[in-house]
Amino acid sequence: MSAAAPLLKVEGLKCAYGQAEILHGVDLQVRQGEIVSLIGANGAGKSTTLMCLSRVNRVRGGRVTFDGHDITGMRPEQVVRLGLVQVPEGRRIFPRLTVRENLEMGAFIRRDRDGIEADLRRAYDLFPILRDRSAQQGGTLSGGEQQMLAIARALMSRPKMLMMDEPSMGIAPILVAKIFETVRDVLRAQGMTILLVEQNANAALRMSDRGYVLETGNIVLTGTGQELLGDPRVRAAYLGE
Amino acid sequence: MLRAAAAAENLAIAVLGQAGAVLPAFGADGQLSGQEVFSQQLVTGLSNGMIIALIAIGYTMVYGIIELINFAHGDLCMLGAFLALTIVGALGMAEWSGVGGVGGVVLLLFSAAVFCGGLNWSIDRLAYRPLRKASKLSLLVSAIGASFILVNLGLFWGGLPMDVFAGGGSSAAPKDFPALVSNRDVLTLGDVRWTLNDLLVLAVTVPLMVALTVLVKFTKLGKAMRAVAQNPTAAQLMGIDVDRVIGSTFFIGGALGGFATVVYSLYNNTISFQMGYRMGMDAFIAAVLGGIGNLPGAVLGGLLIGVVRSMSDQYVEARWTNAVVFGILILILVFRPSGLLGAKLREKV
Ligand SMILES: Nc1ncnc2c1ncn2[C@@H]1O[C@H](COP(=O)(O)OP(=O)(O)O)[C@@H](O)[C@H]1O
Ligand SMILES: [Mg+2]
Repeated sequence: MSAAAPLLKVEGLKCAYGQAEILHGVDLQVRQGEIVSLIGANGAGKSTTLMCLSRVNRVRGGRVTFDGHDITGMRPEQVVRLGLVQVPEGRRIFPRLTVRENLEMGAFIRRDRDGIEADLRRAYDLFPILRDRSAQQGGTLSGGEQQMLAIARALMSRPKMLMMDEPSMGIAPILVAKIFETVRDVLRAQGMTILLVEQNANAALRMSDRGYVLETGNIVLTGTGQELLGDPRVRAAYLGE
Repeated sequence: MLRAAAAAENLAIAVLGQAGAVLPAFGADGQLSGQEVFSQQLVTGLSNGMIIALIAIGYTMVYGIIELINFAHGDLCMLGAFLALTIVGALGMAEWSGVGGVGGVVLLLFSAAVFCGGLNWSIDRLAYRPLRKASKLSLLVSAIGASFILVNLGLFWGGLPMDVFAGGGSSAAPKDFPALVSNRDVLTLGDVRWTLNDLLVLAVTVPLMVALTVLVKFTKLGKAMRAVAQNPTAAQLMGIDVDRVIGSTFFIGGALGGFATVVYSLYNNTISFQMGYRMGMDAFIAAVLGGIGNLPGAVLGGLLIGVVRSMSDQYVEARWTNAVVFGILILILVFRPSGLLGAKLREKV
């Protein structure tokens, strides 16, 4: 790997809801072009981490650097403008905007009309079902279709890095395969940098360069995808063996 | 009578002369027939209803985006009327005529719109934005506080030593608002008679409602407003500055209220520091009736309240009108809690 500075660097990140501290000092790094997974049990603080990085949640301590900028004190829209974009847990589609309008909202920070139109076509090529449903309200799509819409919507901003929170949650297995395939083949081929949060640790680690294990607000283990897949503690706790 | 009104009237007659017979619509014996009384009340009701609707849109937009019943909205409109009357007095507008008179009305409309829009934006900035993460109840209390402050500002304003405020004699007394637009009939269609004032109401409210619909449906800001209303967190994750979109919503809702209040004052020719309560109550009921958060619902609700009021004034008795209006509200809430056009269920996906 290159010695270049990581694209995303998280140092000692602390986050709390009210008095309850959820993250106790998380350290992690993602380099340009890497797919990195963040795995951990339900309630470990994975979503909290992503919401802190998107600056939707308040940061209590630590430092986050993205693409050379200190984003610790930034507002959410500034982080998006820098190119760090999240596909949130539960998809958070705008239910009463059409599929097309949802995609347009993904491009909210952009002004280049022609570029946006071209990217809309690209999104429809990536997930053709969205083209068929483009005039339909987002809330009428199935869970899997909504997940595709959420991914396509995030891509509409032309991000430098995607953070995906449990893209396989509550989705029919055949669509899970389609979504993982998209992440693995299409996005990786484009050189997209990805931080992937997954309950499905096996699938996530298989397609990742590296991974981190989060346990009640602390990173307890890190290594390459292969190393973690082979680690007895990971196998016992997250791979059901 | 060298007034804006007379000239504007001539202008309108010239324009509308083709469209319908310009005749006073009295029966042969000079008495209004039952049918004509009904038509008259219907027109008055619809005109007031359109004004109520424009104010109701301000309630429903704000509710749609931050789930707040903005109790200060009616009082904000009241201050818009005071501003308009102040301008009328300061510029001696009651004596303006011809094109100047029409220009004067336009000036009043836009001054009140910018004033009410800006004030509504400021109220959000100062009284509501700091409470975005607080409970809805805190927000509601803050709105009631803002309402009190505006009412008292109106009371103070009405005591200014200007001729239009009766020299500041009694700050609480209702003020006459000069009839810049006359109440003479200019258009008769069948037995429905329209005054220039009725036409003014339509000429102001209809284009604004069309413009708002276009804005909300097709512009980037409008889509962002809907996105924020449906899922504010997702909107933030798209790079939408949620506070700014909410601020714009307050500005637009306030500006519509500003337009409405000037039309109201020209139509009803009297204003007082308490008018915000009455207008606000009607508009709030209209918004709930139509389904709060729903724009076409606010218009439908406004028209219904306007017509019900006017019919009740005529056929029941004016002192029962409030009871009739609230009775309808209660019936609607019992049998259709989400309002006439409101979604049956609040979807939160
Ligand atoms: N809005 C919230 N308010 C208070 N506590 C929360 C909130 N969201 C999450 N938590 C708590 O924070 C912890 C981490 O949650 P989360 O980040 O969603 O975990 P994960 O995504 O790893 O399943 C959990 O104990 C959860 O109960
Ligand atoms: Mg989670």
